Amino acid sequence: MSGIPHDHYEPTSKGEKWLYKRLPIAGLLYDTLMIPTPKNLNWMWIWGIVLTFCLALQIITGIVLVMHYTPDVDLAFGSVEHIMRNVNGGFMLRYMHANGASLFFIAVYAHIFRGLYYGSYKAPREVTWIIGMLIYLLMMGTAFMGYVLPWGQMSFWGATVITGLFGAIPFIGEGLQTWLLGGPAVGNATLTRFFSLHYLMPFIIAGLVMVHIWAFHTTGNNNPTGVEVRRGSKEEAEKDTLPFWPYFVIKDLFALAVILAIFFAIVGFMPNYLGHPDNYIEANPLATPAHIVPEWYFLPFYAILRAFTSEVWVVQIASFVTGGIIDAKFFGVLAMFGAIAVLALAPWLDTSSVRSGRYRPMFKWWFALLVVDFFALMWLGAMPAEEPYATFSLIASAYWFGYFLVILPLLGVIEKPLPQPETIEADFEAHKAPKTGGTKTLVNPAE
Amino acid sequence: MMKKFAIPAIVAMTLGTTGAFAAGVEGYVEDYDFSFEGPFGSFDQNQLQRGLQVYTEVCSACHGLKFVPIRTLSDEGGPDMPEDQVRAYAERYEVYDEEIEDFRPATPVDHFPESSLSNAPDLSLMAKARAGFHGPYGLGINQFFKGMGGPEYIASLLTGYTGKDKEEAGAVLYENTAYPGGWIAMAPPLYDGAVDFIDGHENDVEALSKDVAAFLTWTAEPKMMARKQAGFVGVVFLTLLSVLLYLTNKRIWAPVKGKGKKTS
Repeated sequence: MSGIPHDHYEPTSKGEKWLYKRLPIAGLLYDTLMIPTPKNLNWMWIWGIVLTFCLALQIITGIVLVMHYTPDVDLAFGSVEHIMRNVNGGFMLRYMHANGASLFFIAVYAHIFRGLYYGSYKAPREVTWIIGMLIYLLMMGTAFMGYVLPWGQMSFWGATVITGLFGAIPFIGEGLQTWLLGGPAVGNATLTRFFSLHYLMPFIIAGLVMVHIWAFHTTGNNNPTGVEVRRGSKEEAEKDTLPFWPYFVIKDLFALAVILAIFFAIVGFMPNYLGHPDNYIEANPLATPAHIVPEWYFLPFYAILRAFTSEVWVVQIASFVTGGIIDAKFFGVLAMFGAIAVLALAPWLDTSSVRSGRYRPMFKWWFALLVVDFFALMWLGAMPAEEPYATFSLIASAYWFGYFLVILPLLGVIEKPLPQPETIEADFEAHKAPKTGGTKTLVNPAE
Repeated sequence: MMKKFAIPAIVAMTLGTTGAFAAGVEGYVEDYDFSFEGPFGSFDQNQLQRGLQVYTEVCSACHGLKFVPIRTLSDEGGPDMPEDQVRAYAERYEVYDEEIEDFRPATPVDHFPESSLSNAPDLSLMAKARAGFHGPYGLGINQFFKGMGGPEYIASLLTGYTGKDKEEAGAVLYENTAYPGGWIAMAPPLYDGAVDFIDGHENDVEALSKDVAAFLTWTAEPKMMARKQAGFVGVVFLTLLSVLLYLTNKRIWAPVKGKGKKTS
């Protein structure tokens, strides 16, 4: 599958040969599992396994939850309580599913920022990146609709606010919103269609995950140096790589076990930590909660959405130029989707020929600031829409766009990159712990 | 009113809050100690039974617990009442039976009745719905040790009446230091000695408030004990698995990393 030269599957036994002629599935599995993997991968390359695990966890717990859940505005909230009280182990299923969504997003953000730092999005891995972005979008849609299903106050009002965003689109917005909701307001039709789509979308994600893996198995993994694996001969390639099994499978499983230990501590001891208490109040269309706050993983983009009020001059200009078609609300929606769009366009916005941030002295600092900016936006998204948070949100949003639209294109021109190692092998030899037999794979702290 | 802290001082220092934390916009919530706080805290069965008595004699006049099946009163990890007592207890409620199209005495398989007053909220999940996310810096990480803050809010609300009231739009409002906004429509439900316990347990307003707050925590999270146990088992086994995988990983990589030996 991969362009890196390596041994391929050879059927040996009679049975294997028989099957191989009819369906080379064993070969596919062998090639996938034994793929040559750069041997210098650090601990930021473990998130793929965590994400795969999360998808499986969500699908399995979700399928069992569906057996006991009722998508009906009068029964949904009660059926969730039924799961919590009467279903054997139901409370664990539900808490794992709810917190599993959070783990999923922690992992996906770590995965995305790893890609941003090490330039994993750059040629020839743009397709992998774009498919990853599609998966991320679908994840957000799935998580949003899943949060509506318990039919608590935040479910209902979150759905009202988020679908209201589509209503802000000029001309077609109102019709689009009604079409999405299945009626003039969030109601039973909304709940049933969200339920249906929440069940469907994870399977589309699973399909895209396979394409994502296919894509990077074709190009080969990126690695912390950003230097490509040598492909001149099998011997050369083997100096830079190790087969995925067992080296990286065991390493990734170790990381997964550590992460799951923490996950179980949260599920067991503070399972409602990441949820909003108001969601334990049944949805009531007549009582609006004091603060409508989305789940934490939406907060950075929620902050960008709210940052562009009608007092911001950019918004005023946009409104003036378009004759009022782009008002503050629509501008906010455009900014929110734009924030994800610039992320997806990173492969074409980044002009630097050097892949890894390790060898980009200026990029490093701008990237660190982007990480800080992301957390700042997350914090600001949870704050009330008032001063000084509004100004902070605007500054933080401006940096998000500035990083992708100005800094990334400029850096490639003005930055003088540091020398990169000749080969992955050279980097690996330089990094491994001396004479202790390799107790440490720790990367340098700047990463 | 203040109690000894069950958590080590170092934890209190790291995790911020000491005496109190804010809930809602203005309400003041006293950080009462409960037996079920922290990873190893468990419900006090006697307290839950006292809380049930307070609920039955006082709260249930207006409020309901519609999500709570009466039979769960005999569940392990909860009030753990004998089944015959639960059966006898159920009979004090009347429920509407659609099959006979009439009211009949409740049985353990029925749920507690709904609220009888339309403006009295159902209390089944109140302890989780009123969770206060406290420190440090509002991140609420200390709920790992100190619980989620819901029972503290309930107890603070019940003890928070100042004795003042006012009439507004034909309704009487009572001043309460815990209630966001400061004025609540519910009249002070408890007074010293409002409920007498058969074992002569303390029954001033604060003791009664804490008992019923503990009971309502159980109604909101009846499987808390099982959940903590599952969490504990999970953490122990996964930690063990991590150690084994760490050693396996080290062993597998040793020849690759050791003494510059080539793998091919």
